[in-house]
Amino acid sequence: MKHLNEDELVAYRYGEIAGGESRDAIARHLRDCAECRASFETLVRVLELVEAAPVPERDERYGQRVWQQIAPRLEPRPAFDWRAWLAPRRLAAVGAMGVLVLAAFLAGRLSQQKKTPDVAGTAPAPQQIRERVLLVAVGDHLDRSEMVLVELVNADAPTASGQELDISSEKERAEQLVAVNRLYRQTASSSGDAAMASVLDDLERVLLEIAHSPDKVSSAEFATLRRNIEKRGILLKVRVVGSDVREREKSVVQGSRGNHS
Amino acid sequence: MVRMEASDAAQVAQALAGDQDAFRALVERHSRSLFRLAYRMTGNEHDAEEVVQETFLRAYRRLNRFESRASFGTWIYRIGVNCSLDLMRKVRTERSQKVTDDSAEELDIMERMPSEDPAPDRLLLSTELGGHVAAALDTLSATERAAFVLRHFEGRSIEEIGKTLGLRASATKNSVFRAVQKLRRALEPHVQSLPSRAQ
Repeated sequence: MKHLNEDELVAYRYGEIAGGESRDAIARHLRDCAECRASFETLVRVLELVEAAPVPERDERYGQRVWQQIAPRLEPRPAFDWRAWLAPRRLAAVGAMGVLVLAAFLAGRLSQQKKTPDVAGTAPAPQQIRERVLLVAVGDHLDRSEMVLVELVNADAPTASGQELDISSEKERAEQLVAVNRLYRQTASSSGDAAMASVLDDLERVLLEIAHSPDKVSSAEFATLRRNIEKRGILLKVRVVGSDVREREKSVVQGSRGNHS
Repeated sequence: MVRMEASDAAQVAQALAGDQDAFRALVERHSRSLFRLAYRMTGNEHDAEEVVQETFLRAYRRLNRFESRASFGTWIYRIGVNCSLDLMRKVRTERSQKVTDDSAEELDIMERMPSEDPAPDRLLLSTELGGHVAAALDTLSATERAAFVLRHFEGRSIEEIGKTLGLRASATKNSVFRAVQKLRRALEPHVQSLPSRAQ
């Protein structure tokens, strides 16, 4: 048996066996292979360390206190449909977040053009902070987009004739991501970040395709959708750019820290 | 447990009929376990308390959607997870925004990002290892943290976590795996100081 990779060790720890190996076979391998055993023991100890962090307890009367706090806020049961109310509200919130981040970023770029540079070594420069805000938001956006794409690529395609796959959840999230993606793409483009703008452009096309798909797709429709995602190599691009964004975020933080010390 | 669920279902029915005391009993029964879940998710006492309140407010508004065959405990826990996720994302956005708005001399980002709030829970965690764990958990995305907490601390199945977070099984597994990998990268250098319980 070959050495166990990290995913297999995690799967074994949680009883989710990956790669078709039986639990007994993995247990035998861990007994016989010192290298994998050491790696597994490290994993177990890391998780023990996480468990060791205390959780503050609440006393018996905590529930009463919660009630006292929420009771005045309980309104008569609503007569309208909250689902209809929630959907546009959520969309608006996502859009508003994007606008705020965009505004912060653009304000930073404008002020950067007008001001003379700060004295080095005194404090984090405002443009560094604004860049970090944008990077955090874009990183989150790429994470969410990746999640939608991974779910679709890994979904079990309908096999029986007439069977359909429900992608309404992915579709709804793609709709929300498109609006924010557009803002980030325009910002990247206007700030001269051609590589980022290009990936966001590709991502937007794929997200639009998902958003415009029906809630339930046939085997053929699903195959086309998946093929289009894979053909563009968008998942890999999103992962690479996402990783790059995280690195840039770290270097901005380190830069700020260096200035501050 | 079965008796509690029967009692829960009866109290939901009474609450739907306008009996606020019945809803009060549900709040009093489930608040502590919800707080533990919310604290694991948010890593902050103040945020966890906010999540508990918001969860019951949301549950009250949606009470007519609760199906009597389901477990109220499971239903309220799912709402709690989603309230936690909403708050974690909001805090993350606000934290970034706040950094922008503050004056430059107040901006020590490295101190703010892992733990902005020097609340009592943070002081409890101020031992060196506790601080490392809190910082490592703060590197996880909201979804990764939720998936990890539900799998590791709550012992929920991948299928159940997927349903709660609106993810497919493969994406749920990936979230748990990525969370554990990130925690391992961050904490591996520090585990030598822990006595081993393995074997």
